[in-house]
Amino acid sequence: MATEEHSEGLAFHPMDQFKIHPLFREIEPGTCVPDQGITDGCLKWYEVTNATLWMGLSILAIILVFVIGTRGRSIIPSRIQSIAELAYNFVHKMVEDVAGHEGVKFFPYIFSLFCFIVFANFLGLLPKSFATTSHIAVTAVLAVAVFLTVTIVGFVKNGTHFLGLFWVTSAPLPLRPVLAVIELISYFVRPVSHSIRLAGNVMAGHAVIKVFAAFAPLILISGMGFLVTPLSILAITAMYGLEVLVAFIQAYVFTILTCVYLKDALHPGH
Amino acid sequence: MEGDIAQMGQFIGAGLAAIGSGTAAVGVGNVAGNFLSGALRNPSAAASQTATMFIGIAFAEALGIFAFLVALLLMFAV
Repeated sequence: MATEEHSEGLAFHPMDQFKIHPLFREIEPGTCVPDQGITDGCLKWYEVTNATLWMGLSILAIILVFVIGTRGRSIIPSRIQSIAELAYNFVHKMVEDVAGHEGVKFFPYIFSLFCFIVFANFLGLLPKSFATTSHIAVTAVLAVAVFLTVTIVGFVKNGTHFLGLFWVTSAPLPLRPVLAVIELISYFVRPVSHSIRLAGNVMAGHAVIKVFAAFAPLILISGMGFLVTPLSILAITAMYGLEVLVAFIQAYVFTILTCVYLKDALHPGH
Repeated sequence: MEGDIAQMGQFIGAGLAAIGSGTAAVGVGNVAGNFLSGALRNPSAAASQTATMFIGIAFAEALGIFAFLVALLLMFAV
């Protein structure tokens, strides 16, 4: 979706920002046409891309805040240390409240998830940056990891009692097989909704901002610009504010759902 | 004007699936609104229930996400 294809429409395509390209080279035009079997210039699986860069940057930022920022371990915390402590307490309380005391064992994993998603979301909000969490590939790996962890933990902890999650003993007997099918479907659909919720929210917000950003330079081209340009700049500002909110809320929702799934695995009874 | 009738069907289907995403917004708003009306009646109990509200919102949103998924599949996978 290059710019020249859309020359009569928007100045740029709103989905162009999600393109993954190699970091240290350009893909030569004509060297990557999978339809004709030409794949010499295509992206290789081992290549460093902009997605790799921004995932690495978010991990660097996490290390900066949580390892180097808290190095002082002062009783009166510095600013960065109090941010780290706030985040730590926030997630710790969430895990304890939702997943119970046994769930606290999994706190490091859940806290890592939360930090990675929060930092990836917020770094993705910087202009010219790349939102890694807008890619279903990234969020799907996180969600499938959670799904596998929870399933394995459920079977290790409860053995075959874990299957009681699907056999609702509180329901009348004739209803139970029907409920079992529904529960089974909803169990296996978890990683799908878990990943697409995050990716969809981040992707949609960024795309909307870019749509308005494409309307903004209209003042240079047409007479309607005097009306459209201020409105779209206002809309970008408003959407950006909403996106800051969404970036945090979606990380929160992802983590709390992880806790809920963990609770189901630790206490499968209904 | 170019393209065939199958492509037209894809685009119309994706647009229809977007309605499903919109109705999920109604569901999410319903959850949040009911939470707020309950919270204003009993503010002291509200703080302990925000997590439950977010879980409810997430589950209500899940079905909207399936509509969105159908739209994505129609646009890019079919």
